[in-house]
Amino acid sequence: MLTIIKDLFKYNREFAVGFTLVGLIVVFSILSFFSPVDPTLLYVEIPDLAPSADYWFGTNSRGQDMFWQLTFAFRNSLTFGLMVVALSRVISITVGLLSGYVGGWLDRGLMFVNDIFVSLPIFPILVLFYFALRSDLNTYNLALLMAFLGWPFDARLIRSIALGLRHREFTRHAVFSGMSPRKIMFEEHLPYVMPVVFSTAMANMIWAIGLEVTLAVLGFTNINIPTVGTMLYWANNHSAMVVGVWWWLVIPVIIIIMLFLGLFLLTVSLNEFIDPRSRLRRMGG
Amino acid sequence: MRAYLFFTLKRAGQLLAVIFFGISAAFFITHLSPIDPVDQAVRRVTSRSNFSPAAVESMRAALTELYGTDQPLGTQFVSFWSRLFRGDLGPSLIAFPTPAMDLVSRALPWTVGLLLTAVIFTWLVGNILGGLAGYYQNNRFLKAFGVVAMGLQPIPYYIVAFILLIIFGFLWPVLPISGGYAMNVTPGWNIAYILSVLRHAILPAMSLVLVGMGLWFLGMRALVSNVVTEDYVRYAEVGGVNSRKIVGMYVIRNAIIPQLTALAMVLGGIFSGTVITEQVFSYPGLGSLLIDAVNGGDYSLVLAVTSVAITAVAGAIFIVDLLYPILDPRIRVE
Repeated sequence: MLTIIKDLFKYNREFAVGFTLVGLIVVFSILSFFSPVDPTLLYVEIPDLAPSADYWFGTNSRGQDMFWQLTFAFRNSLTFGLMVVALSRVISITVGLLSGYVGGWLDRGLMFVNDIFVSLPIFPILVLFYFALRSDLNTYNLALLMAFLGWPFDARLIRSIALGLRHREFTRHAVFSGMSPRKIMFEEHLPYVMPVVFSTAMANMIWAIGLEVTLAVLGFTNINIPTVGTMLYWANNHSAMVVGVWWWLVIPVIIIIMLFLGLFLLTVSLNEFIDPRSRLRRMGG
Repeated sequence: MRAYLFFTLKRAGQLLAVIFFGISAAFFITHLSPIDPVDQAVRRVTSRSNFSPAAVESMRAALTELYGTDQPLGTQFVSFWSRLFRGDLGPSLIAFPTPAMDLVSRALPWTVGLLLTAVIFTWLVGNILGGLAGYYQNNRFLKAFGVVAMGLQPIPYYIVAFILLIIFGFLWPVLPISGGYAMNVTPGWNIAYILSVLRHAILPAMSLVLVGMGLWFLGMRALVSNVVTEDYVRYAEVGGVNSRKIVGMYVIRNAIIPQLTALAMVLGGIFSGTVITEQVFSYPGLGSLLIDAVNGGDYSLVLAVTSVAITAVAGAIFIVDLLYPILDPRIRVE
């Protein structure tokens, strides 16, 4: 594992940049554990101070230190993204492997459901859930909901790989030596789809955090939990740009773009890593 | 031809299933929620001024009858569908007593217009540039474009729209940043109105184009760089076919087919992007209507917008899917 990362660093510029960006933001969000301030308190600092040596990212109109506030925001958003990714990976791996290995009517049935999920406009449905649940729509419910909506693309991708594996020699050997279908799927086939699972996980995380930001900016989540989206919501709510407190909006936006860019570059480089032809081309082989 | 007909029928069945399940899900989400629409409406009206308790009670009774919330869920479900077929989902609350469907049909052309132009433009330009970038891999301009596309692509719609708003609203105010047309023109088929509509559509469309372009560009570049290694391309090159013809007729033509499938798959996502863009630029489309409806607690309007959105997106995907065999002759022959 370590040698792979070292190799990727050496031969793949995208990976190096992406890894550094995401790493920086993870470190930044870990800082929240050492924060001297409670992120839920208001008016603990002088409001509207521009970035300075005392307040690196300034303070906002709600009297909060932006630096520490942002560490909490990114911690919550990253945790949220990881929850969605973990849950939706479980669903997509199960559906993909089952559909690909078992085939037949199960495959047709699962892919029919899959097609329905692909065609649904997700954003209006999430808004509908907010409309129905209001403040009951907390981080955990939202993560569960988005995981439930975010699996179909990747399930289809995993299925297509599993379809190819089904007719390979080693699968037949496994069947003849009496392995149960469950064991074949999760012990023989799973390792083959793992690289794809990792690269789609990054894309899924971008999607999840992006939707959370969007919902929160519109005020459609619990706005009292500091996340990246609720940060922007409050900035808008206090018309930060008009009042001239630009750092309240600009700094979070820059860090979000760093995060998305980092995750995206990781996806791209992992995709290239999976394809042996492009990997060899990069290493000059 | 028979295969195509069979394919069409199968996809049509799927379309109906998607619409049915989607709208039913929307119905049950709103109806199984612990929040009573009548309660919400009453609270909304009474919070503004003082009403006598008797007036509130009669208002509650009237609204309960209007929404039929006292009936069992099954009956409500059946009557919801029969009303939906007649295109009547009851009056909206935020613009009482205008029917919810009227508001939707007023907003729909704006969204469809914005979405259609942005998607077609983005898809065509993104794919053509991507195809060229995949074929002419040393072109400096296309390389630079690739870097920009890669940087823009992962940024969510909201952030891009917002950055545009800051640039063209605060730093360099040259374009209108809100509304569908200027206040001082009369809607109709006159030049002033059409120009005003176009001017107002630039920023919303630009935010959709900027985010979408990268996806098609990068996808097409990857596809084409695989296609150019195929034997038939090398054969055409050796045979002295001019390179413009190779790119246009052989390379892009072959690589475009998976991109069409991809278009069908991301349409739902693009629609979500439009909702956000409309909200940021106060564009008078479905997205703004949906958000107003949610904020106003308008039960029937939320259901109406969601139902229309699900139907429209599923219908658009259906149309794109039908184009697929027409573009790919290999499928047509089978």
